[in-house]
Amino acid sequence: MDLIWEGLRKALELLLTLDSEVLRITWLSLQVSGAATLISLAIGLTLAVVVALNEFPGKRLVIALLNTGMGLPPVVVGLFVTVLLWRNGPLGSLGILYTPSAMILAQAIIASPIIAGISLAALQHLPQGLRLQILALGASRPQMVWLLLKEAKLPLLAAVMAGFGGVISEVGASIMVGGNIKGQTRVLTTATVMETGKGNFDVAIALSLVLLVLAFSVNAVLTHLQQRGRRP
Amino acid sequence: MSRERILEARDLTVHRGAVKVLEIPELDLRTGEVLALMGPNGAGKTTLMLTLAGLLAPSAGAVQFKGSALQGKGDREAFRRRMTMVFQDPLLFDATVAQNITSGLKLRGLSAAERKPRVVAWAEQLGLGALLDRPAHQLSGGEAQRTALARAFVLEPEILFLDEPFAALDPQAREELIGDLGHLLAETGTTAVIATHDQGEAARLAHRLAVMKEGRIIQRGGLRKVTNHPEDPFVAAFVGMETLLKGQVAHCQEGLLTLRIRKGTGSGEVVALGEAEPGQTVLVGVRPEHVALSLHSDNTSSARNAFQGSVTKVIPQGPFYKIELDCGFFLTAFVTAQSLSELELQPGRRVVASFKATSVHLIRKEGLGPEV
Repeated sequence: MDLIWEGLRKALELLLTLDSEVLRITWLSLQVSGAATLISLAIGLTLAVVVALNEFPGKRLVIALLNTGMGLPPVVVGLFVTVLLWRNGPLGSLGILYTPSAMILAQAIIASPIIAGISLAALQHLPQGLRLQILALGASRPQMVWLLLKEAKLPLLAAVMAGFGGVISEVGASIMVGGNIKGQTRVLTTATVMETGKGNFDVAIALSLVLLVLAFSVNAVLTHLQQRGRRP
Repeated sequence: MSRERILEARDLTVHRGAVKVLEIPELDLRTGEVLALMGPNGAGKTTLMLTLAGLLAPSAGAVQFKGSALQGKGDREAFRRRMTMVFQDPLLFDATVAQNITSGLKLRGLSAAERKPRVVAWAEQLGLGALLDRPAHQLSGGEAQRTALARAFVLEPEILFLDEPFAALDPQAREELIGDLGHLLAETGTTAVIATHDQGEAARLAHRLAVMKEGRIIQRGGLRKVTNHPEDPFVAAFVGMETLLKGQVAHCQEGLLTLRIRKGTGSGEVVALGEAEPGQTVLVGVRPEHVALSLHSDNTSSARNAFQGSVTKVIPQGPFYKIELDCGFFLTAFVTAQSLSELELQPGRRVVASFKATSVHLIRKEGLGPEV
């Protein structure tokens, strides 16, 4: 019990004194996972729109692949990106292994299918005739897509939250392609793993609290956007 | 009608996979007229309408709007801004009534100042003046469909397509909305195409009818012509000619035909106007609104046909009742609530059903077989 209380006390101390190392780690986590989520949003929405609005052979297979991708294990992605970015790998010349860029790449690969899968379901769930109705009101194709996305706003923002939640909390890929280098690629999850391993439970608890608060804050903003204008 | 053709379809076919779901050699729409496409579900009404509206590319053939063909995507897109369509489901956006009504104008890039007066005016026209700020998901079915109609009318479309717009409404909302729509169509002179499987709806709104079956138009023409002179049994049944009896011409004298029909286990006679060869087989059609009921046979009536029968069913139909009768053959009649109570009509009641020779419609058709 003492261990926990001591941990919480130390955690609060670190937080209240705005420990610079904790701040830096938090800021990097937010940047990496935020950037990865934005990239995934662009990729995921595009995929969802293309698949939802077009009929083509193999459509079901594509949907099945996207849905499988929603459960992609971060360590598998980490391994794949590491090999890709290895010095003599296909993208080795970029020289970005063990940098935040590599982490963004890995996290985008994790979040894209999550956002695509949920967005696709959201678009397919819209009423059958809505597309024709929007066209019949005189919409151009881009206008139609925009209105459909607006109609699916609620589940689409849920998709963004799921994507962000998936990457802010993952550790396997970040540690593999980032390396948990202090001051460069150390993020909340990788730091928590390391501090726990070293027996520094107080620091680990502090980092975990920050992670929870961060996840809550981002989702609170997204939830506000999602629920705006709705009455109970 | 001498008015110009606004929409012309020529040799339209639509395939779904390998199946031909629509085949329309030609169809015209004239400025200001209301054309009703009638037919059961699956007859191709919606497919035809979507094709005419440029929302579905035909497999072959062409649709011309004011003399120029809608060929490429660009043509159809431009045409989409000059027409609009209302579907069975209101398909409103998750927004307020006002935002819904204004949506088409917004898509056309009109400023808020230009949109507002038009939105308010059309909301008033459809009785939505007090609901402008209400979220669409709080509307009743009737209010939602009114919003959909306001959203369409506010665009001042050159052609308005209506696909079963009342089918999902409860009877009262439906009744009110049909009245209002008829009024608005007449007042604005909007050219419209309405798909419906309801004969009453078509009769109240349309100038012309096209009856469809299995992707084809099997009869079209003026409202009165199609309802009173159906060319085949399918159309007859569809336009409310519920009694269709196979008859054989017994004799023909000075335009007056006597037809032998099967009546129970025996036979009966129906008198009709027309010319036919004795021995010829025809279909005898009688509309329920042309059948009068009484308790005793009345020799002073001018109705040449009178049959004893008993009531089998009483079906309320809004302001009147439909009475199904067994006269040895199936016959239906429309009566008012007053007649219903005066004649004490209920299942089992014996009555005399009569109709004039001029009310009998004959359908001559090959392949009916000679036996009566």
